[in-house]
Amino acid sequence: MKSSVIIFPGSNCDRDIDVALRKFGFKNQMVWHNETKMPKSDLIVLPGGFSYGDYLRCGCIASKSKIIKSIIDYASSGGLIIGICNGFQILLETGLLTGALLTNKYLKFICKNVFVKVNNSENKYFKNIKKNVLELHIAHNDGNYFCTDNELKSLEDNNQVAASYCNNNGEIDEENNPNGSIKNIAGIFNKKKNIVGMMPHPERVIEKNLSSKDGSYFFENLLNNMN
Amino acid sequence: MEVNEHIAIEHGLKKEEYNKICDLLKRAPNFTELGIFSAMWNEHCSYKSSRIHLKKLNTKGKKVIQGPGENAGVIDIEDGDAIVFKIESHNHPSFIEPYQGAATGVGGIMRDVFTMGARPIANLNSIHFGSPQHPNTKNLLRGVVRGIGGYGNCMGIPTVGGQTCFDESYNGNILVNAMTLGLVKKNKIFYSKAAGIDNPVIYVGSKTGRDGIHGASMASAIFDDKIEEKKPTVQVGDPFTEKLLLEACLELMAGNSIISIQDMGAAGLTSSSIEMASKGNLGIELNLDKVPCREEKMTPYEIMLSESQERMLIVLKRGKEDEAKKIFDKWNLDFAVIGKTTNTKKIELFFKKNKIAEISINILAENAPVYDRKWKKTKLPQKIKINKDVYKKLKITEVLKKVLSLPNISNKQWIWEQYDHTVMGDTIQKPGSDAGVVRIHETNKAVATSVDSSATYCYAHPTTGGKQIVCESWRNLITSGSKPIAITNCLNFGNPEKEKNMGEFVECLEGINEASKFLDYPIVSGNVSFYNETKDKGIKPTPTIGGVGLIKDYKKVISMNFKKINNLIIVVGKTEGHVDQSVFARDILNEKKGPPPEVNLFNEKNNGETVLKLIDNDLLESTHDVSLGGIITAVAKMAINGQKGFELKKLKGLMNKFEYYFGEDQGRYIIEIDPKNLSKAQNLLKDNSVHFDEIGTVVENEIAIDKESILHIDDLIESNTNWLENYMEK
Repeated sequence: MKSSVIIFPGSNCDRDIDVALRKFGFKNQMVWHNETKMPKSDLIVLPGGFSYGDYLRCGCIASKSKIIKSIIDYASSGGLIIGICNGFQILLETGLLTGALLTNKYLKFICKNVFVKVNNSENKYFKNIKKNVLELHIAHNDGNYFCTDNELKSLEDNNQVAASYCNNNGEIDEENNPNGSIKNIAGIFNKKKNIVGMMPHPERVIEKNLSSKDGSYFFENLLNNMN
Repeated sequence: MEVNEHIAIEHGLKKEEYNKICDLLKRAPNFTELGIFSAMWNEHCSYKSSRIHLKKLNTKGKKVIQGPGENAGVIDIEDGDAIVFKIESHNHPSFIEPYQGAATGVGGIMRDVFTMGARPIANLNSIHFGSPQHPNTKNLLRGVVRGIGGYGNCMGIPTVGGQTCFDESYNGNILVNAMTLGLVKKNKIFYSKAAGIDNPVIYVGSKTGRDGIHGASMASAIFDDKIEEKKPTVQVGDPFTEKLLLEACLELMAGNSIISIQDMGAAGLTSSSIEMASKGNLGIELNLDKVPCREEKMTPYEIMLSESQERMLIVLKRGKEDEAKKIFDKWNLDFAVIGKTTNTKKIELFFKKNKIAEISINILAENAPVYDRKWKKTKLPQKIKINKDVYKKLKITEVLKKVLSLPNISNKQWIWEQYDHTVMGDTIQKPGSDAGVVRIHETNKAVATSVDSSATYCYAHPTTGGKQIVCESWRNLITSGSKPIAITNCLNFGNPEKEKNMGEFVECLEGINEASKFLDYPIVSGNVSFYNETKDKGIKPTPTIGGVGLIKDYKKVISMNFKKINNLIIVVGKTEGHVDQSVFARDILNEKKGPPPEVNLFNEKNNGETVLKLIDNDLLESTHDVSLGGIITAVAKMAINGQKGFELKKLKGLMNKFEYYFGEDQGRYIIEIDPKNLSKAQNLLKDNSVHFDEIGTVVENEIAIDKESILHIDDLIESNTNWLENYMEK
């Protein structure tokens, strides 16, 4: 399977996701934001980081990059896209996903392990995954997911919530909401479920000696579902 | 503007220094030249008070590739890899403007590291604040932590370790010391020494603005009531541009076009151009019209003294300009040929077609003033005599809870959770451990690193304190399973013109040097920060030591968390019950006198090397060094981190239990051993003549001290974790 990771100026998890994709068997290539045409890919990843310093709204300037049009075309033809952290913010700014990410509830950057319950219904990312409560890692200042009541209803009705912060038993409650997100939302799909945006970084937790190895279930499962 | 003695003094120069300038130039300097002298001859850049003492330091060793004198030190970690590292202070700016001061401190030290061709792989910081009750402390702490995080997180470099201390001596002068480690191939290290004549001098990075003018001079002066007026001397950081600069520089460095490279740090273009020329024994010619400026009508004086961040100066091989420019264009960074190397051994500046300054490089560099300042020895204080009746009123469990909740001992998670400590995907041991550990990307090796200071000990007796910090750094690396290789130091002191402060500097350095030699733990880089003084009140002497050690197999890294019930708890090293200057004496008994614990370098080395052997032989489950708060605090932290309890046996000897458990004797470790490994471990310890005491066992969740005093582990967790968050958020 061929994957492509887009590098924006200020991306800083591009190498990490490249390492993870290759480790689990993807043939990965890096694509510079100034390109206008996406190379042939089975998966596109928008990595974490601080594109353009996030000096405007997070992800806003990157969403106007030259490569974006080609990504939108790819998305409308049903191609798989993952946006992680800043990549999630960029997807929201392009309009491919719904809602917004506000500054964390306690106005602080948060870097720690969290548990998320993933949506393992019909979608390429989490269907058939070995565990549906994963210990992943977050590192962000603006991960407080917000949307209007109507948008939330639509997300829930269409089963578009991809991942929710929870405790290690999968219970979703306020105590286990690290950043104030509506309904503990950690990640969402678009309607067709070919696009997922999420704040947690699966690529940082892919080995026992790192803080968790649960990210490896995500990549292994995705590759299986794609084959 | 005509220059006279009065203007020179306003620039922070002394009358005699101004006269010396006139003698050397055989004329009065013009205004721009005076600016250059004031930048090069201030304490921060010239090391004029410290230089004769720094020369004595132990800077050589088998693993040292580059010692002090370059942008950072470099050590060999085998297989063709090297680690570039350094610690630097940004104290004065952080006190004036905590967010920007701390942020640019982090930015500056990372630049020092990638200037040498290394990709930064880990950041650490040592921050000291005034008393928690002081009205400024909370805001300063919040600003500094946000600034460190703001810069490091955006750069995508993990912050893997640090320390935070509170003491009223920092009420008027906080300390912000930032350290960075970078990874480079041994044969791709870049230096600042210029070479060849007529080679182009290139300016890259951000544009030059009016920020930070006289930053280095400000850092060489004491504070008074007018501190607000100094805000414009603080630089403003732009981590996004620095991230681009990092990638662009590393891309250029992958080729073969750079002769030398130097970041523009303190004293900006002045110091970087002069240092490059001085090291290459060359001259340099700069055309200031070509310098990319952010603001209009900047004068040569402002251009030369600006400390705008995220800028580099490069001497390229002739003919490589286009190749280099292409890379900087890709990353959207300014690129300008602003001058060339010459054979004149002078710095010559041109502006609007006129030569506006001309000074021999050796006048600025080698002829800079050097002072052998007077200093006073600190006598070893007499031991205090504690009336044993005092102990009878104390309950050991209550004292333990109190100690764990003290600002200097309590958990600092509120701070380090704001730092991205896992980006780059190689963090094996996170902050809150004895040392941070990062894997060398795509290998089995890892480096352990920590920062330490002990101002209380240094203040009580500088020589002992100096030795102690080096040993503590060494222990923190050992407990992670690494072999300590080398250190960097950040020497934070008061006013060197006062004999007491100068004495503290000289004697701390003697202690550091003695320990460094004995442990074969050389000093490869560092920085001196004097004049940490406000309105006549100076800080306690606070040398900070940053250590780096190597782990051959990252899977062997062990943490301090207790692992399994029924495992045995053993103290390695002899316990004498030294309570003077301990946390117990100072914060529980309110007794602040007496000498710090003695440091026995022989035992220190032997105990440490033996613990490392135990780890190498897979005989330990966890380990932690004994430092502030003594044995029981160390054991409690292992229990808290492992969420287990412990049971301590009744003491055998005659020693009072408070002295035994809270004394801060040096050279000790707590180790957790599976009973099946006990005899092997005992043999190894005995074979190496290391003293050890078996003191207890790991249990499920109860804390039992000599069967009488009982607590639940949750009580300790609560005592240890809540202080900082309550302090900051409520």
